[in-house]
Amino acid sequence: MSAPRRALLILAFLALALLPLLAGKFYVDLFAKIMIMAVFAMSLDLLVGVTGLVSLGHAAFFGLASYMVVLAAPDQYAPVSLWTSLPLAVAASALLALIIGALALRTRGVYFIMVTLAFSQMVYFVFHDTKIAGGSDGAYIYVKPQATIGSWSPFDLGNSTHFYYAMLALLVLTLGLLRLLLASRFGHALRGIRSNEQRMRALGFNTYAYKLAAFTLAGAIAGVAGYFAAVQFGVVNPEMASWHQSANVLLMVILGGVGNLFGAIVGAFALVLAQDFFSSLTKHWLLPMGAFIILVVMVLPRGLIDTLQTLRGWAGRRG
Amino acid sequence: MLAARELTRRFGGVFAVDRVSLELQADEIHALIGPNGAGKSTLINLLSGELAPSAGTISFRGAPVPHARPEQMARLGVGRTFQRSNVFMELSAFENCRLAAQARLPRGWAVYERALDCRASTKAARRALGSVGLESRNDATAAALAHGERRALEIAMCLATEPSVLLLDEPLAGMGAEESLRVLALLRTLKRGRAILLVEHDMDAVFAVADVITVMADGVVLASGSPEIVRANSAVREAYLGDAF
Repeated sequence: MSAPRRALLILAFLALALLPLLAGKFYVDLFAKIMIMAVFAMSLDLLVGVTGLVSLGHAAFFGLASYMVVLAAPDQYAPVSLWTSLPLAVAASALLALIIGALALRTRGVYFIMVTLAFSQMVYFVFHDTKIAGGSDGAYIYVKPQATIGSWSPFDLGNSTHFYYAMLALLVLTLGLLRLLLASRFGHALRGIRSNEQRMRALGFNTYAYKLAAFTLAGAIAGVAGYFAAVQFGVVNPEMASWHQSANVLLMVILGGVGNLFGAIVGAFALVLAQDFFSSLTKHWLLPMGAFIILVVMVLPRGLIDTLQTLRGWAGRRG
Repeated sequence: MLAARELTRRFGGVFAVDRVSLELQADEIHALIGPNGAGKSTLINLLSGELAPSAGTISFRGAPVPHARPEQMARLGVGRTFQRSNVFMELSAFENCRLAAQARLPRGWAVYERALDCRASTKAARRALGSVGLESRNDATAAALAHGERRALEIAMCLATEPSVLLLDEPLAGMGAEESLRVLALLRTLKRGRAILLVEHDMDAVFAVADVITVMADGVVLASGSPEIVRANSAVREAYLGDAF
Protein backbone atom coordinates (compact mmCIF):
# COMPACT_ATOMS: atom_id res chain seq x y z
CA MET A 1 0.00 0.00 0.00
CA SER A 2 1.34 3.44 -0.92
CA ALA A 3 2.06 6.00 1.81
CA PRO A 4 -0.74 8.47 0.88
CA ARG A 5 -3.20 5.60 0.75
CA ARG A 6 -2.15 4.35 4.16
CA ALA A 7 -2.46 7.88 5.58
CA LEU A 8 -5.93 8.20 4.07
CA LEU A 9 -6.94 4.85 5.57
CA ILE A 10 -5.70 5.75 9.06
CA LEU A 11 -7.45 9.14 8.82
CA ALA A 12 -10.71 7.47 7.80
CA PHE A 13 -10.63 5.03 10.72
CA LEU A 14 -9.69 7.84 13.11
CA ALA A 15 -12.72 9.81 11.89
CA LEU A 16 -14.93 6.76 12.42
CA ALA A 17 -13.52 6.28 15.93
CA LEU A 18 -14.32 9.91 16.84
CA LEU A 19 -17.76 10.04 15.22
CA PRO A 20 -19.86 9.16 18.31
CA LEU A 21 -18.25 12.07 20.19
CA LEU A 22 -19.42 14.55 17.56
CA ALA A 23 -22.61 13.18 16.01
CA GLY A 24 -26.05 12.46 17.43
CA LYS A 25 -27.73 9.08 17.90
CA PHE A 26 -29.23 9.11 14.38
CA TYR A 27 -25.83 9.23 12.69
CA VAL A 28 -24.22 6.83 15.18
CA ASP A 29 -26.92 4.29 14.32
CA LEU A 30 -26.66 5.02 10.58
CA PHE A 31 -22.89 4.58 10.55
CA ALA A 32 -23.12 1.38 12.62
CA LYS A 33 -25.53 0.05 9.99
CA ILE A 34 -23.13 1.09 7.21
CA MET A 35 -20.26 -0.74 8.90
CA ILE A 36 -22.39 -3.89 9.08
CA MET A 37 -23.13 -3.54 5.36
CA ALA A 38 -19.40 -2.96 4.74
CA VAL A 39 -18.58 -6.30 6.39
CA PHE A 40 -21.31 -7.90 4.25
CA ALA A 41 -19.89 -6.26 1.11
CA MET A 42 -16.34 -7.36 1.92
CA SER A 43 -17.52 -10.96 2.19
CA LEU A 44 -19.07 -10.72 -1.28
CA ASP A 45 -15.94 -9.04 -2.66
CA LEU A 46 -14.00 -12.15 -1.64
CA LEU A 47 -16.15 -13.99 -4.20
CA VAL A 48 -16.75 -11.35 -6.89
CA GLY A 49 -13.55 -9.34 -6.86
CA VAL A 50 -10.98 -11.84 -5.64
CA THR A 51 -12.14 -15.23 -6.92
CA GLY A 52 -14.21 -14.02 -9.88
CA LEU A 53 -17.45 -15.67 -8.72
CA VAL A 54 -20.39 -13.33 -9.28
CA SER A 55 -23.05 -14.47 -6.83
CA LEU A 56 -26.56 -13.03 -6.86
CA GLY A 57 -27.63 -15.00 -3.82
CA HIS A 58 -25.39 -13.70 -1.08
CA ALA A 59 -28.33 -12.43 1.01
CA ALA A 60 -29.31 -16.06 1.76
CA PHE A 61 -26.45 -16.30 4.27
CA PHE A 62 -27.08 -12.81 5.64
CA GLY A 63 -30.79 -13.59 6.05
CA LEU A 64 -30.37 -17.04 7.62
CA ALA A 65 -28.02 -15.70 10.31
CA SER A 66 -30.37 -12.84 11.09
CA TYR A 67 -33.21 -15.34 11.61
CA MET A 68 -30.95 -17.34 13.91
CA VAL A 69 -31.06 -14.45 16.40
CA VAL A 70 -34.79 -15.16 16.77
CA LEU A 71 -34.58 -18.93 16.42
CA ALA A 72 -31.79 -19.24 19.01
CA ALA A 73 -34.02 -17.77 21.72
CA PRO A 74 -36.52 -20.03 23.51
CA ASP A 75 -39.10 -17.23 23.23
CA GLN A 76 -39.16 -13.62 22.09
CA TYR A 77 -38.68 -12.19 25.58
CA ALA A 78 -35.84 -14.42 26.75
CA PRO A 79 -32.33 -12.94 26.42
CA VAL A 80 -29.80 -15.08 24.55
CA SER A 81 -26.05 -14.95 25.02
CA LEU A 82 -24.09 -13.28 22.23
CA TRP A 83 -21.33 -15.84 22.74
CA THR A 84 -23.53 -18.83 21.95
CA SER A 85 -26.03 -17.37 19.47
CA LEU A 86 -23.42 -15.67 17.24
CA PRO A 87 -21.35 -18.84 16.65
CA LEU A 88 -24.60 -20.74 16.09
CA ALA A 89 -25.80 -18.21 13.49
CA VAL A 90 -22.44 -18.11 11.73
CA ALA A 91 -22.20 -21.92 11.70
CA ALA A 92 -25.68 -22.13 10.16
CA SER A 93 -24.72 -19.66 7.41
CA ALA A 94 -21.43 -21.44 6.77
CA LEU A 95 -23.18 -24.80 6.50
CA LEU A 96 -25.78 -23.39 4.11
CA ALA A 97 -22.97 -21.83 2.04
CA LEU A 98 -21.14 -25.15 1.98
CA ILE A 99 -24.23 -26.93 0.65
CA ILE A 100 -25.26 -24.26 -1.87
CA GLY A 101 -21.64 -23.77 -2.92
CA ALA A 102 -21.06 -27.49 -3.44
CA LEU A 103 -23.91 -27.53 -5.97
CA ALA A 104 -23.67 -24.05 -7.50
CA LEU A 105 -19.91 -24.24 -8.09
CA ARG A 106 -20.49 -27.02 -10.62
CA THR A 107 -21.71 -24.25 -12.92
CA ARG A 108 -19.89 -21.26 -14.33
CA GLY A 109 -20.44 -17.66 -15.39
CA VAL A 110 -24.03 -16.62 -16.01
CA TYR A 111 -25.30 -20.03 -14.89
CA PHE A 112 -23.58 -19.56 -11.55
CA ILE A 113 -25.41 -16.23 -11.18
CA MET A 114 -28.75 -17.90 -11.93
CA VAL A 115 -28.17 -20.89 -9.63
CA THR A 116 -27.09 -18.75 -6.67
CA LEU A 117 -30.14 -16.55 -7.26
CA ALA A 118 -32.40 -19.62 -7.34
CA PHE A 119 -31.00 -21.04 -4.09
CA SER A 120 -31.33 -17.72 -2.27
CA GLN A 121 -34.94 -17.44 -3.48
CA MET A 122 -35.55 -20.85 -1.94
CA VAL A 123 -34.27 -19.56 1.40
CA TYR A 124 -36.43 -16.45 0.99
CA PHE A 125 -39.58 -18.46 0.36
CA VAL A 126 -38.88 -20.83 3.26
CA PHE A 127 -39.09 -17.81 5.57
CA HIS A 128 -41.85 -16.13 3.57
CA ASP A 129 -44.25 -19.04 3.12
CA THR A 130 -43.86 -21.02 6.35
CA LYS A 131 -44.75 -20.11 9.91
CA ILE A 132 -41.08 -19.95 10.95
CA ALA A 133 -40.52 -16.73 12.90
CA GLY A 134 -43.66 -14.94 11.83
CA GLY A 135 -43.89 -15.93 8.17
CA SER A 136 -44.03 -13.04 5.70
CA ASP A 137 -44.40 -10.47 8.52
CA GLY A 138 -41.16 -11.42 10.22
CA ALA A 139 -40.57 -11.24 13.95
CA TYR A 140 -39.41 -8.71 16.53
CA ILE A 141 -36.39 -9.14 18.74
CA TYR A 142 -37.55 -7.60 22.02
CA VAL A 143 -34.40 -8.37 23.98
CA LYS A 144 -30.93 -7.83 22.51
CA PRO A 145 -28.39 -10.64 22.94
CA GLN A 146 -26.35 -10.27 26.13
CA ALA A 147 -22.56 -9.95 25.95
CA THR A 148 -22.07 -10.94 29.60
CA ILE A 149 -19.29 -13.37 30.50
CA GLY A 150 -20.08 -14.77 33.95
CA SER A 151 -21.09 -11.65 35.86
CA TRP A 152 -18.93 -9.28 33.78
CA SER A 153 -20.58 -7.32 30.96
CA PRO A 154 -17.96 -5.82 28.61
CA PHE A 155 -20.53 -3.95 26.50
CA ASP A 156 -24.26 -3.55 25.97
CA LEU A 157 -25.54 -4.18 22.44
CA GLY A 158 -28.68 -2.15 23.28
CA ASN A 159 -26.56 0.97 23.75
CA SER A 160 -26.03 2.83 20.44
CA THR A 161 -22.49 3.94 21.25
CA HIS A 162 -21.43 0.52 22.51
CA PHE A 163 -22.96 -1.11 19.47
CA TYR A 164 -21.21 1.38 17.19
CA TYR A 165 -17.78 0.62 18.63
CA ALA A 166 -18.45 -3.11 18.53
CA MET A 167 -19.22 -2.76 14.80
CA LEU A 168 -16.13 -0.62 14.22
CA ALA A 169 -14.05 -3.35 15.89
CA LEU A 170 -15.79 -5.95 13.73
CA LEU A 171 -15.03 -3.96 10.57
CA VAL A 172 -11.34 -3.59 11.44
CA LEU A 173 -11.06 -7.24 12.46
CA THR A 174 -12.75 -8.50 9.28
CA LEU A 175 -10.66 -6.24 7.07
CA GLY A 176 -7.46 -7.31 8.82
CA LEU A 177 -8.21 -11.03 8.63
CA LEU A 178 -9.27 -10.88 4.98
CA ARG A 179 -6.19 -8.83 4.00
CA LEU A 180 -4.06 -11.49 5.69
CA LEU A 181 -5.94 -14.15 3.76
CA LEU A 182 -5.42 -12.33 0.43
CA ALA A 183 -1.67 -12.13 1.05
CA SER A 184 -1.42 -15.84 1.81
CA ARG A 185 -0.90 -18.66 -0.66
CA PHE A 186 -4.61 -19.39 -0.42
CA GLY A 187 -5.45 -15.80 -1.42
CA HIS A 188 -2.97 -15.88 -4.29
CA ALA A 189 -4.55 -19.11 -5.52
CA LEU A 190 -7.99 -17.45 -5.47
CA ARG A 191 -6.65 -14.59 -7.61
CA GLY A 192 -5.18 -17.17 -9.97
CA ILE A 193 -8.61 -18.79 -10.30
CA ARG A 194 -10.16 -15.44 -11.16
CA SER A 195 -7.48 -14.82 -13.76
CA ASN A 196 -7.46 -18.23 -15.47
CA GLU A 197 -9.09 -21.22 -13.83
CA GLN A 198 -8.22 -23.70 -16.58
CA ARG A 199 -4.54 -22.87 -16.16
CA MET A 200 -4.78 -23.31 -12.39
CA ARG A 201 -6.12 -26.82 -12.89
CA ALA A 202 -3.42 -27.65 -15.41
CA LEU A 203 -0.87 -26.55 -12.80
CA GLY A 204 -2.36 -28.98 -10.27
CA PHE A 205 -4.74 -26.86 -8.19
CA ASN A 206 -8.01 -28.45 -7.15
CA THR A 207 -9.87 -25.25 -7.99
CA TYR A 208 -13.25 -26.62 -6.95
CA ALA A 209 -12.03 -27.08 -3.37
CA TYR A 210 -10.51 -23.59 -3.30
CA LYS A 211 -13.72 -22.02 -4.62
CA LEU A 212 -15.85 -23.97 -2.17
CA ALA A 213 -13.66 -22.85 0.75
CA ALA A 214 -13.94 -19.22 -0.39
CA PHE A 215 -17.70 -19.54 -0.86
CA THR A 216 -18.15 -21.04 2.60
CA LEU A 217 -15.98 -18.42 4.27
CA ALA A 218 -17.83 -15.63 2.45
CA GLY A 219 -21.14 -17.14 3.61
CA ALA A 220 -19.90 -17.27 7.21
CA ILE A 221 -18.82 -13.61 7.17
CA ALA A 222 -22.11 -12.60 5.55
CA GLY A 223 -23.69 -14.45 8.46
CA VAL A 224 -21.80 -12.31 10.99
CA ALA A 225 -23.14 -9.21 9.22
CA GLY A 226 -26.69 -10.60 9.10
CA TYR A 227 -26.61 -11.45 12.80
CA PHE A 228 -25.66 -7.91 13.83
CA ALA A 229 -28.08 -6.37 11.32
CA ALA A 230 -30.92 -8.25 13.04
CA VAL A 231 -29.63 -7.21 16.46
CA GLN A 232 -29.50 -3.56 15.42
CA PHE A 233 -32.85 -3.41 13.60
CA GLY A 234 -34.58 -5.40 16.36
CA VAL A 235 -36.61 -7.16 13.72
CA VAL A 236 -36.13 -9.88 11.10
CA ASN A 237 -38.16 -10.41 7.96
CA PRO A 238 -37.85 -12.39 4.72
CA GLU A 239 -36.65 -9.25 2.88
CA MET A 240 -33.26 -9.72 4.56
CA ALA A 241 -32.77 -12.85 2.43
CA SER A 242 -34.36 -11.41 -0.70
CA TRP A 243 -32.72 -10.93 -4.06
CA HIS A 244 -33.06 -7.16 -3.58
CA GLN A 245 -30.67 -7.49 -0.69
CA SER A 246 -28.31 -9.65 -2.80
CA ALA A 247 -28.37 -7.05 -5.58
CA ASN A 248 -27.90 -4.22 -3.10
CA VAL A 249 -24.69 -5.67 -1.70
CA LEU A 250 -23.45 -6.56 -5.18
CA LEU A 251 -24.03 -2.93 -6.15
CA MET A 252 -21.93 -1.79 -3.18
CA VAL A 253 -19.04 -3.97 -4.30
CA ILE A 254 -19.23 -2.82 -7.93
CA LEU A 255 -19.75 0.84 -7.02
CA GLY A 256 -16.77 0.88 -4.67
CA GLY A 257 -14.42 -1.16 -6.86
CA VAL A 258 -13.74 -4.89 -6.79
CA GLY A 259 -10.90 -7.04 -5.58
CA ASN A 260 -9.19 -5.17 -2.74
CA LEU A 261 -11.84 -5.05 0.06
CA PHE A 262 -11.37 -1.29 0.54
CA GLY A 263 -13.61 -0.73 -2.46
CA ALA A 264 -16.37 -2.79 -0.84
CA ILE A 265 -16.17 -0.61 2.29
CA VAL A 266 -16.22 2.61 0.25
CA GLY A 267 -19.13 1.24 -1.79
CA ALA A 268 -21.15 0.45 1.35
CA PHE A 269 -20.63 3.96 2.70
CA ALA A 270 -21.39 5.61 -0.65
CA LEU A 271 -24.54 3.64 -1.37
CA VAL A 272 -26.15 3.96 2.07
CA LEU A 273 -25.20 7.64 2.45
CA ALA A 274 -26.48 8.41 -1.07
CA GLN A 275 -29.74 6.63 -0.25
CA ASP A 276 -30.01 8.65 2.97
CA PHE A 277 -29.19 11.91 1.16
CA PHE A 278 -31.52 11.50 -1.81
CA SER A 279 -34.42 10.20 0.28
CA SER A 280 -34.15 13.29 2.50
CA LEU A 281 -34.49 15.52 -0.60
CA THR A 282 -37.43 13.95 -2.35
CA LYS A 283 -39.90 11.14 -2.09
CA HIS A 284 -38.93 10.12 -5.64
CA TRP A 285 -35.38 9.48 -4.45
CA LEU A 286 -34.88 6.33 -6.50
CA LEU A 287 -34.61 8.48 -9.64
CA PRO A 288 -31.59 10.60 -8.57
CA MET A 289 -30.17 7.47 -6.91
CA GLY A 290 -30.23 5.63 -10.24
CA ALA A 291 -28.65 8.60 -12.00
CA PHE A 292 -25.92 8.70 -9.34
CA ILE A 293 -25.08 5.03 -9.84
CA ILE A 294 -25.01 5.36 -13.63
CA LEU A 295 -22.77 8.40 -13.35
CA VAL A 296 -20.28 6.63 -11.06
CA VAL A 297 -20.14 3.56 -13.28
CA MET A 298 -19.58 5.70 -16.40
CA VAL A 299 -16.98 8.07 -14.95
CA LEU A 300 -15.22 5.59 -12.66
CA PRO A 301 -15.44 2.18 -14.34
CA ARG A 302 -13.09 0.72 -11.73
CA GLY A 303 -15.16 2.04 -8.84
CA LEU A 304 -15.08 4.92 -6.35
CA ILE A 305 -11.84 3.60 -4.87
CA ASP A 306 -10.21 4.67 -8.13
CA THR A 307 -11.29 8.34 -7.83
CA LEU A 308 -7.82 9.62 -6.94
CA GLN A 309 -6.13 7.84 -9.84
CA THR A 310 -8.80 8.98 -12.26
CA LEU A 311 -8.45 12.61 -11.16
CA ARG A 312 -4.68 12.34 -11.46
CA GLY A 313 -5.16 10.92 -14.96
CA TRP A 314 -7.31 13.89 -15.97
CA ALA A 315 -4.85 16.37 -14.50
CA GLY A 316 -2.02 14.60 -16.31
CA ARG A 317 -3.80 14.81 -19.65
CA ARG A 318 -4.47 18.49 -19.25
CA GLY A 319 -0.93 19.30 -18.10
CA MET B 1 6.94 -43.01 -17.69
CA LEU B 2 3.69 -41.93 -19.31
CA ALA B 3 2.02 -44.39 -21.65
CA ALA B 4 -1.11 -44.33 -23.79
CA ARG B 5 -2.72 -47.54 -24.96
CA GLU B 6 -5.29 -47.58 -27.78
CA LEU B 7 -6.24 -44.03 -26.79
CA THR B 8 -9.28 -42.82 -28.74
CA ARG B 9 -11.25 -39.59 -28.74
CA ARG B 10 -14.35 -39.06 -30.87
CA PHE B 11 -15.99 -35.71 -31.53
CA GLY B 12 -19.41 -36.74 -32.86
CA GLY B 13 -18.59 -39.08 -35.72
CA VAL B 14 -15.03 -37.82 -36.17
CA PHE B 15 -12.13 -39.75 -34.67
CA ALA B 16 -9.74 -36.96 -33.66
CA VAL B 17 -7.48 -39.55 -32.05
CA ASP B 18 -7.93 -43.13 -33.14
CA ARG B 19 -6.38 -46.00 -31.15
CA VAL B 20 -3.08 -44.26 -30.53
CA SER B 21 -0.49 -46.05 -28.41
CA LEU B 22 2.75 -44.48 -27.40
CA GLU B 23 5.14 -44.52 -24.49
CA LEU B 24 7.23 -41.64 -23.21
CA GLN B 25 10.54 -42.77 -21.71
CA ALA B 26 12.76 -40.95 -19.28
CA ASP B 27 15.84 -39.28 -20.84
CA GLU B 28 14.06 -39.02 -24.18
CA ILE B 29 12.62 -36.22 -26.25
CA HIS B 30 9.70 -37.75 -28.08
CA ALA B 31 8.61 -35.53 -30.96
CA LEU B 32 5.07 -35.70 -32.26
CA ILE B 33 4.63 -34.36 -35.78
CA GLY B 34 1.92 -34.34 -38.38
CA PRO B 35 -0.15 -31.96 -40.49
CA ASN B 36 -2.72 -29.61 -38.97
CA GLY B 37 -5.75 -31.55 -37.72
CA ALA B 38 -3.74 -34.74 -37.25
CA GLY B 39 -4.85 -34.95 -33.62
CA LYS B 40 -1.62 -33.87 -31.93
CA SER B 41 -3.16 -31.28 -29.61
CA THR B 42 -6.09 -33.58 -28.85
CA LEU B 43 -3.60 -36.26 -27.83
CA ILE B 44 -1.86 -33.82 -25.47
CA ASN B 45 -5.22 -32.80 -24.04
CA LEU B 46 -6.02 -36.47 -23.41
CA LEU B 47 -2.64 -37.15 -21.77
CA SER B 48 -2.95 -34.08 -19.52
CA GLY B 49 -6.50 -34.92 -18.44
CA GLU B 50 -8.00 -31.87 -20.15
CA LEU B 51 -10.17 -34.18 -22.27
CA ALA B 52 -11.65 -37.52 -21.30
CA PRO B 53 -10.83 -40.36 -23.71
CA SER B 54 -13.68 -42.13 -25.51
CA ALA B 55 -11.71 -45.36 -25.19
CA GLY B 56 -8.26 -46.55 -24.22
CA THR B 57 -6.12 -46.08 -21.13
CA ILE B 58 -3.40 -43.82 -19.78
CA SER B 59 -0.85 -45.06 -17.30
CA PHE B 60 1.80 -43.24 -15.32
CA ARG B 61 4.89 -45.16 -14.15
CA GLY B 62 3.03 -48.38 -14.92
CA ALA B 63 -0.11 -47.58 -12.90
CA PRO B 64 -3.29 -46.90 -14.84
CA VAL B 65 -4.89 -43.45 -14.31
CA PRO B 66 -8.62 -43.84 -14.94
CA HIS B 67 -10.80 -40.72 -15.33
CA ALA B 68 -7.79 -38.43 -15.15
CA ARG B 69 -8.52 -34.79 -14.33
CA PRO B 70 -6.04 -32.02 -15.19
CA GLU B 71 -5.15 -31.19 -11.57
CA GLN B 72 -4.62 -34.89 -10.86
CA MET B 73 -2.24 -35.40 -13.80
CA ALA B 74 -0.36 -32.22 -12.84
CA ARG B 75 0.10 -33.44 -9.29
CA LEU B 76 1.36 -36.81 -10.53
CA GLY B 77 4.10 -34.83 -12.24
CA VAL B 78 2.78 -34.37 -15.76
CA GLY B 79 3.30 -30.73 -16.73
CA ARG B 80 2.11 -29.20 -19.95
CA THR B 81 2.23 -26.04 -22.00
CA PHE B 82 -0.52 -24.80 -24.27
CA GLN B 83 -0.43 -24.15 -27.99
CA ARG B 84 -1.86 -20.67 -27.49
CA SER B 85 -0.26 -18.89 -24.56
CA ASN B 86 -2.35 -19.66 -21.53
CA VAL B 87 -0.98 -17.60 -18.68
CA PHE B 88 -2.27 -15.28 -15.95
CA MET B 89 -2.40 -12.06 -17.95
CA GLU B 90 -2.97 -9.65 -15.03
CA LEU B 91 -0.22 -11.15 -12.88
CA SER B 92 3.52 -10.53 -13.04
CA ALA B 93 5.81 -13.00 -14.77
CA PHE B 94 7.22 -13.83 -11.35
CA GLU B 95 3.79 -14.47 -9.81
CA ASN B 96 2.82 -16.63 -12.79
CA CYS B 97 5.75 -18.92 -11.99
CA ARG B 98 5.37 -18.62 -8.21
CA LEU B 99 1.76 -19.79 -8.43
CA ALA B 100 2.89 -22.67 -10.61
CA ALA B 101 5.48 -23.69 -8.02
CA GLN B 102 2.92 -23.32 -5.22
CA ALA B 103 0.71 -25.90 -6.93
CA ARG B 104 3.10 -28.67 -5.91
CA LEU B 105 3.50 -27.57 -2.28
CA PRO B 106 1.59 -29.09 0.61
CA ARG B 107 -0.38 -26.86 3.00
CA GLY B 108 -1.93 -24.72 0.28
CA TRP B 109 -4.46 -23.65 2.87
CA ALA B 110 -1.94 -22.13 5.25
CA VAL B 111 -3.38 -18.65 5.61
CA TYR B 112 -1.00 -17.46 8.32
CA GLU B 113 2.01 -17.38 5.99
CA ARG B 114 2.37 -14.70 3.33
CA ALA B 115 2.69 -16.18 -0.14
CA LEU B 116 5.69 -13.98 -0.92
CA ASP B 117 7.47 -15.30 2.18
CA CYS B 118 7.06 -18.86 0.92
CA ARG B 119 10.71 -19.59 0.05
CA ALA B 120 10.06 -22.89 -1.70
CA SER B 121 7.82 -21.24 -4.29
CA THR B 122 9.75 -17.98 -4.73
CA LYS B 123 13.03 -19.84 -5.26
CA ALA B 124 11.48 -22.23 -7.78
CA ALA B 125 9.91 -19.29 -9.62
CA ARG B 126 13.22 -17.43 -9.91
CA ARG B 127 14.98 -20.56 -11.10
CA ALA B 128 12.30 -21.25 -13.72
CA LEU B 129 12.37 -17.67 -15.04
CA GLY B 130 16.16 -17.78 -15.19
CA SER B 131 16.23 -21.01 -17.15
CA VAL B 132 14.20 -19.48 -20.00
CA GLY B 133 16.04 -16.15 -19.86
CA LEU B 134 13.24 -14.06 -18.42
CA GLU B 135 14.98 -13.04 -15.16
CA SER B 136 14.97 -9.38 -16.18
CA ARG B 137 11.19 -9.43 -16.74
CA ASN B 138 10.24 -10.51 -13.21
CA ASP B 139 7.84 -7.67 -12.51
CA ALA B 140 6.30 -7.21 -15.95
CA THR B 141 2.72 -8.43 -16.19
CA ALA B 142 2.23 -11.33 -18.57
CA ALA B 143 0.04 -9.03 -20.68
CA ALA B 144 3.00 -6.65 -21.15
CA LEU B 145 5.36 -9.38 -22.42
CA ALA B 146 6.21 -9.74 -26.09
CA HIS B 147 4.74 -12.78 -27.82
CA GLY B 148 7.97 -14.77 -27.72
CA GLU B 149 8.55 -13.88 -24.08
CA ARG B 150 5.07 -15.09 -23.22
CA ARG B 151 5.83 -18.42 -24.92
CA ALA B 152 8.95 -18.65 -22.75
CA LEU B 153 6.89 -17.81 -19.66
CA GLU B 154 4.53 -20.64 -20.57
CA ILE B 155 7.50 -23.04 -20.46
CA ALA B 156 8.86 -21.51 -17.26
CA MET B 157 5.51 -22.06 -15.53
CA CYS B 158 5.56 -25.69 -16.55
CA LEU B 159 9.14 -26.03 -15.22
CA ALA B 160 8.24 -24.35 -11.93
CA THR B 161 5.89 -27.24 -11.15
CA GLU B 162 8.97 -29.52 -11.38
CA PRO B 163 7.30 -32.10 -13.63
CA SER B 164 8.80 -35.47 -14.47
CA VAL B 165 6.89 -35.57 -17.76
CA LEU B 166 6.61 -32.49 -19.98
CA LEU B 167 3.97 -32.18 -22.68
CA LEU B 168 4.97 -29.22 -24.86
CA ASP B 169 2.46 -28.07 -27.45
CA GLU B 170 4.36 -26.09 -30.10
CA PRO B 171 6.63 -24.29 -27.64
CA LEU B 172 8.64 -22.61 -30.42
CA ALA B 173 5.70 -21.14 -32.34
CA GLY B 174 6.13 -17.37 -32.49
CA MET B 175 9.63 -17.36 -31.02
CA GLY B 176 12.58 -15.62 -32.61
CA ALA B 177 15.59 -17.62 -33.80
CA GLU B 178 17.65 -16.84 -30.71
CA GLU B 179 14.86 -17.71 -28.30
CA SER B 180 14.21 -20.97 -30.17
CA LEU B 181 17.85 -22.00 -29.88
CA ARG B 182 17.80 -21.26 -26.16
CA VAL B 183 14.69 -23.38 -25.67
CA LEU B 184 16.12 -26.28 -27.70
CA ALA B 185 19.29 -26.18 -25.60
CA LEU B 186 17.13 -26.10 -22.49
CA LEU B 187 15.17 -29.15 -23.67
CA ARG B 188 18.40 -31.11 -24.09
CA THR B 189 19.38 -30.43 -20.49
CA LEU B 190 15.85 -31.00 -19.20
CA LYS B 191 15.51 -34.47 -20.63
CA ARG B 192 17.90 -35.88 -18.04
CA GLY B 193 15.64 -37.96 -15.82
CA ARG B 194 12.51 -36.65 -17.50
CA ALA B 195 10.27 -37.62 -20.39
CA ILE B 196 9.40 -34.92 -22.90
CA LEU B 197 6.68 -34.96 -25.54
CA LEU B 198 7.32 -32.23 -28.10
CA VAL B 199 4.67 -31.22 -30.62
CA GLU B 200 6.38 -28.98 -33.15
CA HIS B 201 6.05 -27.83 -36.74
CA ASP B 202 9.63 -26.68 -37.17
CA MET B 203 11.20 -29.80 -38.73
CA ASP B 204 14.78 -28.55 -38.34
CA ALA B 205 14.18 -28.20 -34.62
CA VAL B 206 12.48 -31.59 -34.37
CA PHE B 207 15.25 -33.48 -36.14
CA ALA B 208 17.85 -31.57 -34.12
CA VAL B 209 16.61 -32.65 -30.68
CA ALA B 210 14.27 -35.63 -31.01
CA ASP B 211 15.31 -39.09 -29.86
CA VAL B 212 12.06 -40.65 -31.03
CA ILE B 213 9.57 -39.30 -33.55
CA THR B 214 5.94 -40.28 -33.91
CA VAL B 215 4.08 -39.14 -37.00
CA MET B 216 0.32 -38.70 -36.89
CA ALA B 217 -2.19 -38.00 -39.65
CA ASP B 218 -6.00 -38.06 -39.42
CA GLY B 219 -5.90 -39.28 -35.82
CA VAL B 220 -3.78 -42.36 -36.39
CA VAL B 221 -0.08 -43.07 -36.00
CA LEU B 222 1.61 -43.35 -39.39
CA ALA B 223 5.05 -44.20 -38.12
CA SER B 224 7.11 -44.14 -34.98
CA GLY B 225 10.79 -44.66 -34.32
CA SER B 226 14.19 -43.03 -34.46
CA PRO B 227 14.58 -39.91 -36.66
CA GLU B 228 16.45 -41.95 -39.29
CA ILE B 229 13.72 -44.55 -39.57
CA VAL B 230 10.96 -41.94 -39.75
CA ARG B 231 12.86 -39.91 -42.34
CA ALA B 232 13.19 -43.02 -44.52
CA ASN B 233 9.54 -44.07 -44.18
CA SER B 234 7.84 -43.72 -47.56
CA ALA B 235 4.32 -43.33 -46.15
CA VAL B 236 5.49 -40.42 -44.01
CA ARG B 237 7.26 -38.76 -46.93
CA GLU B 238 4.11 -38.99 -49.00
CA ALA B 239 1.72 -37.80 -46.31
CA TYR B 240 3.68 -35.08 -44.70
CA LEU B 241 7.35 -34.42 -45.05
CA GLY B 242 7.44 -33.77 -48.78
CA ASP B 243 10.53 -33.98 -50.93
CA ALA B 244 12.64 -31.71 -48.77
CA PHE B 245 13.61 -34.66 -46.63
